Amino acid sequence: MIPVLLIVIPLLTGLVTFFIKEEKSARAWALFATLVTLAVSIAGLTVLKDAKYLTHYSEWMQPLGSSFSVRLDGMGQLLCLLTAVSYPLVFMGTWSSTYKKANNFFGLMLLAQAGLMGVFVAMDALLFYFFWELALIPMYFLCSQWGGEKRIRVTFKFFIYTFVGSVLMLIGILYLQSKTPDHSFSIESFYKLGQTGVANKWIFWFFFIAFAIKMPVFPFHTWQPDTYEQAPTATTMILSGVMVKMGLLGVIRWLLPVLTSSAYMWSDFIPPLALIGLIYASLIAIRQDDIKRLVAYSSIAHIGMMCASLFVFNKYGMQGVMIQMFSHGINIIGLWIIVEIIEKRFGTRKLSELGGLAQKAPAMAILFVIIALANIALPLTNAFVGEFLMFNGIFQARSIFYVWWTVMAGMGIILSAVYTLNMIRKIFYGESNAITANAADLRWNEKLALGIIVVLIFWMGIYSQSMLQLTDGISGDILEKIKMITNKQ
Amino acid sequence: MPINYYIFLSIALFAIGIVGVLTRRNAIIIFMCIELMLNAVNLLLVAFSKMHHLATLTAGDAAINAGSDGQLFVFFIMVVAAAEVSVGLAIIVMMYRNIHSVDVNFLNRLKH
Amino acid sequence: MNNVLQIVYLIPLLPFIGFLINGLGRKYLSKSIIGIIGSGVILASFVLSIWVFMEVKGGNTHVASYFNFISVGNLSIPFAFQIDQLSSLFLLIITGVGFLIHVYSTSYMHEEKTEHFGRYFSYLNLFVFSMLLLVMGANYVIMFIGWEGVGLCSYLLIGYWFKKNEYNKAANKAFIMNRIGDLAFLIAIFMIIAKVDSVNFADVFAVAEGSVKGKSFTGNDITIITLLLFVGATGKSAQIPLYTWLPDAMAGPTPVSALIHAATMVTAGIYMIARSNILYSLSPLTMNVVAIVGLATALLAATIALKQNDIKKVLAYSTVSQLGFMFLALGTGAYVAAVFHVMTHAFFKALLFLGSGSVIHAMGGEQDIRNMGGLSKKLKTTYITFLIGCIAIAGIPPFSGFFSKDAILLSAFIKNPVLYGIALFTALLTAFYMFRLLFITFTGKFRGTPEQEHHLHESPPAMTIPLIILAILSIIGGFVGIPEVLMHGGDKLTAFLSPVIAAHETHEISHTTEYGLMALSTGLVLAMILFAWTKFKNYQRSEATGFGKVLENKWYVDELYDKIIVQPLHKLGGFLKTVIEGSVIDGLVNGVGKAVNYSSRQIRLLQSGQVGSYVLLMVLSMLLIFIVQFFLRK
Repeated sequence: MIPVLLIVIPLLTGLVTFFIKEEKSARAWALFATLVTLAVSIAGLTVLKDAKYLTHYSEWMQPLGSSFSVRLDGMGQLLCLLTAVSYPLVFMGTWSSTYKKANNFFGLMLLAQAGLMGVFVAMDALLFYFFWELALIPMYFLCSQWGGEKRIRVTFKFFIYTFVGSVLMLIGILYLQSKTPDHSFSIESFYKLGQTGVANKWIFWFFFIAFAIKMPVFPFHTWQPDTYEQAPTATTMILSGVMVKMGLLGVIRWLLPVLTSSAYMWSDFIPPLALIGLIYASLIAIRQDDIKRLVAYSSIAHIGMMCASLFVFNKYGMQGVMIQMFSHGINIIGLWIIVEIIEKRFGTRKLSELGGLAQKAPAMAILFVIIALANIALPLTNAFVGEFLMFNGIFQARSIFYVWWTVMAGMGIILSAVYTLNMIRKIFYGESNAITANAADLRWNEKLALGIIVVLIFWMGIYSQSMLQLTDGISGDILEKIKMITNKQ
Repeated sequence: MPINYYIFLSIALFAIGIVGVLTRRNAIIIFMCIELMLNAVNLLLVAFSKMHHLATLTAGDAAINAGSDGQLFVFFIMVVAAAEVSVGLAIIVMMYRNIHSVDVNFLNRLKH
Repeated sequence: MNNVLQIVYLIPLLPFIGFLINGLGRKYLSKSIIGIIGSGVILASFVLSIWVFMEVKGGNTHVASYFNFISVGNLSIPFAFQIDQLSSLFLLIITGVGFLIHVYSTSYMHEEKTEHFGRYFSYLNLFVFSMLLLVMGANYVIMFIGWEGVGLCSYLLIGYWFKKNEYNKAANKAFIMNRIGDLAFLIAIFMIIAKVDSVNFADVFAVAEGSVKGKSFTGNDITIITLLLFVGATGKSAQIPLYTWLPDAMAGPTPVSALIHAATMVTAGIYMIARSNILYSLSPLTMNVVAIVGLATALLAATIALKQNDIKKVLAYSTVSQLGFMFLALGTGAYVAAVFHVMTHAFFKALLFLGSGSVIHAMGGEQDIRNMGGLSKKLKTTYITFLIGCIAIAGIPPFSGFFSKDAILLSAFIKNPVLYGIALFTALLTAFYMFRLLFITFTGKFRGTPEQEHHLHESPPAMTIPLIILAILSIIGGFVGIPEVLMHGGDKLTAFLSPVIAAHETHEISHTTEYGLMALSTGLVLAMILFAWTKFKNYQRSEATGFGKVLENKWYVDELYDKIIVQPLHKLGGFLKTVIEGSVIDGLVNGVGKAVNYSSRQIRLLQSGQVGSYVLLMVLSMLLIFIVQFFLRK
């Protein structure tokens, strides 16, 4: 019941939003809707933590072998919670932004939320694909309608790029479905698939490219900085905070346990690719002058680390990715909120034109510094736990190249400190200039959103166990399956 | 009469139709040529149907209308052709009103 | 609550509460309240530390575990504190010296705006909190939390005057260089996890001693782990090759330099190695590396200090050099001597830094010693305490520095006379540059502007009282470790630390040799001071030339790093951004789009708009299909 509610509430409220013509009411309605979703999601975590509330099955396109089957497992709970937490934060953080045809904007945002929730809970491949596209299409409209100057070209690229991935994945799904004994799309049938077969190792790439584009992993990332730069910031927050997790979830739930032996076969190849991406993106981030692009590249770098640690097949890496998915989402939304504020107030995103904001806007400076430092994984902040585990996971990889991987990951960690500190220095420190001379500090809504983020950062940084326990079972199960199959070979 | 004669006749008619469509520029003539081709096909359908009908009847106890499906198709084609004529002629009339000509070579505006 | 060990969590918690109050209330509280809270919490921690010290003196140790910090699979990392002799000693140093510096700061920073004053104290409290976590952690991960935490506070405090870009760059440099070291530390932790499945000190050392069945380190493992930990220590404790951040870190307020960059944070590396002494003792290779790197750093920094003209820079290089001495001690197996020197160094270097702060305060922010001179008349207390500090660092008996340095020199002598020779030479350089600093600053004629001369004044009591207390400690601090040869049972420190640091086998050397070494070093140091006196009592400014210029420019190490690491990375980033990202990858992606566009434009030509050509094509294709169907199909 809970997963269905998580999909249906944003879907219905989203549709209703289209008819609320007045901007203020539309915004308030959207915030209210997301808060309801959040409440349901928390209920799914705590009060109604009972299997019968967390699963739902009904028939849907039975002749094709598909069904409306949704379930909230640990990972689903984590990511649904992330989605549910992100939306109110995004709406609160951008409360003062105004949009043309605001009702459509908020309606589409809520539709995208429904799609995201669906992706996180779907236990049927066709349903998964359906929600995958449902999440993508509102994003397309959001970016192309409310984006920056170059939005048409950029959004086109974004859409085509991700769509190519989706189609590849659809081909893969259809192929695998034809191989299942009962011609079913359900995840159980997929998990029972045989591991042999030459085609499998190519089908692996159909899936992986789709997920890699979504994450994005080097070298499939070039849509991302452009899109983040051009999209309206609220959309960017959802894209980078929540949507990239679709790719990671896809790998964890639909790739590793399904095409295990192929994944194992390529597991010496993907981590270095992802880690090269990590260093590559970090080096580019060092040279960025545009804050939005800088944050975008830092996101690519972090995702690279997560992708790499998925393919080391140990508990540290897996659990690290789980907790980091949540941490990264929260942190990057915080960064975007402040980037949005800076852009709105000063009309520039160029580091070289900013400076001295710490004098004028101390609250902003403090909150930004905390979030930025959390982003580079300082201990007692949330990202430390994730990065510590992932890094440890990479070090404990069974591959013979693990030393090199560790060195690469370590370089990434150092470089992340370089670009983050440079960003802080150039925005907040130094003397204020003509642009920043009359800066105003944060408004209450921004303080509230960022305050919640900071509380979450420390909560998870100190008592990470609350999150780790949530996903302990699911990562254990997946690894168990991987171990069973790889040991056989 | 052997079936070959029908076939040759309809091939001839069809070929004349094709050549007409390919070479003429007057829309009405092209239209007539298309009708010619359709009727060539009709002729063939009727001829084969008749042949098939006879063959089944002689084979044994079959229904009285067995093998006559082809003739049914002819009726369909005639109906469609009639509809086509009405629409097509209307188009040609409109074309004449607009450009005072029925030369199809003027009808290349889609290119631009 | 009859046992203080049950409430040890209060020791770090109190400074943290101070941090929160001062940080959140910096706009609402008055300066005096901020000062009282800031210093008061440290004083409370200090009192608790003394209490704890009394407890552990009797041999009590305690591990307090609070909750699971990270737990994944077999690995479980508790949030736990370990109180034993070593940590309690560091607790005393940190909270004791820390308290004095807090008191000093209330006066030194008084001219700051209230808001920034509060910010300063909150950072300082946060630093003490992190440093306490570092030394109290019962496992490597908690230690690492403190380890990065102090790095963060150091970053924040170096960049405290954030309007000046130079300072911010120094702060960034400190943080990033520390991060490099931290990375090695982290990898060492991973290696320990791989071998032991635990990061608790007790478990790790048990495995190292071979008392756990089924788990063991190979010799290689130990060497790699200890080397990685040592790289971590070079970052934090400013050793070759990661030392260049420390002199730049002098951009921070002077009390910060005293607390963080002299007395406490930079000694974290020594604490870590002393804590892991069981591992280190198992790896002779690492020990040699530690000794050599320490000695090389000591020598290099001492040579640079000879020619520096910024009062704080001289002290900074002197700190690097003294830290080198401590590593030399660790490398030669004299862990206790290293810890001893940490303690005495904390006293006299904090004293010297605070003294220099007093001078800077009096000079109205001037730091260049070439513009000073003759200050002894106006700044009596500062002068005397500074002199005491100089004598202590130079190593003249019975001042504290003599005992700790003597212990280090002795262990170097036992290890290898060559090490001893270089170390002694470095110690002489130390005496020389410290007295150069003293004489240039305090004797001769005043060389600054008349305005500065008019402004000269002794500092207020809040600054001089800490100076006096530290001066007393610098004098008597050495008496806890009097060598056996001078007084039987005088080496109380070794006895006190023996539960943590097992006494290593000592080579018996004759008492005469030992006396001889002491006499030699003391005599040479006195000669060196005399030499400095003749050279600098009437200092006239002159430009450095030749080799002096190389020293003045710190052997051009910063420039070298910039050329071989920073610039290439910067260029590579630019290359990746413009060429690879812009042209290659994005070019490829956009190329696909362009190719589709181009080919569709070509194919469009077929769409001529001539109905005739369409029909012709249609007929031809039909014919083609016909032919294929009937003639080519088998």
